[in-house]
Amino acid sequence: MSKLKLIVQREFIAKVRNKSFLIMTFLSPILLVGMGAFVFFLMKKNDEKVKEIVYVDNSGLFSKDDFVDSETIHYQDYTALGVAETKKKVEEGDYYGALIIPKQNSLEILANAIEFYSKDSPGMSVMNSLEAKIERKLRNEKLNDFGIDLEKINASKIQSNVKMFNFSGEESSKLINGLKIGVGAIAGYLLMMFVMIYGTSVMRSVIEEKTSRIVEIIVSSVKPFQLMLGKIIGNASAGLLQFLIWGILIFIITTVASSIFGIDIIEMQTSKLPAEQLEAAKQAAGLDKMQLIIQEIVRLPILKMFVLFIFYFLGGFMLYSSMFAAIGAAVDNETDTQQFMLPIMAPLILGVYVGFATVINEPHGPMAVLFSYIPFTSPIVMLMRVPFGVSWYELAISMTLLLITFVFMVWLAAKIYRVGILMYGKKPTYRDLYKWLKYKG
Amino acid sequence: MNNLLEINNIVKNYGAFKALNDVSIHIPEGSVYGLLGPNGAGKTSLIRIINQITMPDSGSIILDGEALSPKHTADIGYLPEERGLYKSMKVGEQALYLAQLKGLSKSEAKKRLKYWFDKFDISAWWGKKIEELSKGMAQKVQFIVTVLHEPKLLIFDEPFSGFDPINAQLIAQEILQLREKGATIIFSTHRMESVEEMCDEIALIDKSNKILDGKLNDIKRQFRTHTFQVGLNTLNPKEVEASLKQHFDVLPADFKLLGNELTLNVKLGKNNSANELLSFLTSRGEVQHFVELMPNANDIFIQAVNKNK
Repeated sequence: MSKLKLIVQREFIAKVRNKSFLIMTFLSPILLVGMGAFVFFLMKKNDEKVKEIVYVDNSGLFSKDDFVDSETIHYQDYTALGVAETKKKVEEGDYYGALIIPKQNSLEILANAIEFYSKDSPGMSVMNSLEAKIERKLRNEKLNDFGIDLEKINASKIQSNVKMFNFSGEESSKLINGLKIGVGAIAGYLLMMFVMIYGTSVMRSVIEEKTSRIVEIIVSSVKPFQLMLGKIIGNASAGLLQFLIWGILIFIITTVASSIFGIDIIEMQTSKLPAEQLEAAKQAAGLDKMQLIIQEIVRLPILKMFVLFIFYFLGGFMLYSSMFAAIGAAVDNETDTQQFMLPIMAPLILGVYVGFATVINEPHGPMAVLFSYIPFTSPIVMLMRVPFGVSWYELAISMTLLLITFVFMVWLAAKIYRVGILMYGKKPTYRDLYKWLKYKG
Repeated sequence: MNNLLEINNIVKNYGAFKALNDVSIHIPEGSVYGLLGPNGAGKTSLIRIINQITMPDSGSIILDGEALSPKHTADIGYLPEERGLYKSMKVGEQALYLAQLKGLSKSEAKKRLKYWFDKFDISAWWGKKIEELSKGMAQKVQFIVTVLHEPKLLIFDEPFSGFDPINAQLIAQEILQLREKGATIIFSTHRMESVEEMCDEIALIDKSNKILDGKLNDIKRQFRTHTFQVGLNTLNPKEVEASLKQHFDVLPADFKLLGNELTLNVKLGKNNSANELLSFLTSRGEVQHFVELMPNANDIFIQAVNKNK
């Protein structure tokens, strides 16, 4: 077996057997999905309870038609009972609240004189819905006062929905744009987290070899470059494995959870939209809208994104972890790494910031394009752009630059690594690192 | 005798610092070779070059008739001064890993490890982690992984500094056995007394230069001071000492004998021979003790280094 393969194998096994790896791999998706399902379950339970709201209408303007029962809210007219009696009853009974509409001379005054009493503070969505109902009624009253025909007003209502196409003829929507932003942002952020977690893991592994003093024994059998590369590849494989397990686990858990709790995945995603907006969307496009969303999710370049994620993860990881390895080699213990960490962390974090700031507004704007070429930020920024469709030549430029840079960086880091692993005692400076670069062999 | 290792004109610089200056050393096959020198003289730099951990700026190294190349790592066993093992890795797995890095197949490595673990009576440790072992136990494992692949050349850098006396003795014996089997051994140390009885040849490195090399006996002869330890049974020691002083250089004794003899260190003059001294002594009394004081490696080391200042 080749030496590199042996090293990769050892590093991989050492990493995968580690308790923290096991915990992170198996527990976090369960926690994540479990918590999500639990919250959703509670929300659903919460919504299922019908809210009883009573109203006392002393203005005489409102009727039962203005307060139509919905699935979750039932209205009752308690005008006959009077304000004081109603309040008492609501306070003692199992009611959500009481809406008190006083008699006023003008609609303007009335608009700000209506009160709502409840035992606990009412939910925002309930209040919004009540206010909308009152506003609609009062506006209609006012239009009536002006002598405007309500029928005509209603008939004149027009809703426009501009359909968006790209030149390959695919239809898209604002909703889909949001989805793309979400998918891209998650991919970019995940990549940054992976690079950081596994990069520091490479660094720790180098420091461990140094402090346990086994490194000189190893490099008497293999080239330092092989050792470094083996470490990087071993850790990257562990990272990919973890990513794969996460994917499978999340798929299984969501499937199981949705069948247990009866959660419809599609519903889960769309129910996040405010009810009114969803209704408007449904009205505008009928059921087509829902179909469009599902269509678009399916139509997202999932395979392409997956392949690119793997490529940019590996490329970005090679680039950064070689720097992490060089740092690990330069120092004697982890506390000494601080001074060298900033230059590594800064571009990673910059990538995420730039991604969030520019890609969301304009996925193909000059800033977004520039940072998706720069190899230190390209893995993150490009991944964020990919869901919006990136032309092949841009991808080619970005990927080529990343490849060239990571080869150069691995070569550079290996030079520091080679010298650093055998240096003990002195906390190195940047000047030392520069000197080491010039040592021969 | 053939040379197993020929080090020719090695120069190594670290930036402006010259670690090795034109060092040439030839190590005969089957010998125990002492690479001696003070701390920081360049011993470890040279050893790292032999192990191909670093490359020389110039010069060449020939191992067993071939220019040193990466395939030779399997022919060399190296126990560095700074040594250790993966703390959280199991003993057996670790030994297998290191053996495979030296080019052994897994099955062969297992077979040999079983032999050594049985020999050192440590088979029970196979599944333990290094961090669970005592330092002395880990040292045995360390030694085994150094010699397991049966290299032609074994290099021990300060071999006895990290080992406790019992392990040190065990390992000294094992090393001599390995030589019997044909291995060539390099000891690198600044503590002469620990290797003097084992070395056939030595080289002395000081301040990046080789200042001395050759067979230990030749070097000792070269550094001998022609001083004899003398023990004489005589009736009037004062008179004998006084007359000795007329012919020889007499120093007070730095040794003890069992009886009440006159004890002295006598240094021969330029024109005297050992026999002259001996016949002088026998004419004055009964010679109990007559030994030439040979310089030990430590004396040679100190003298040579001081001369190099």
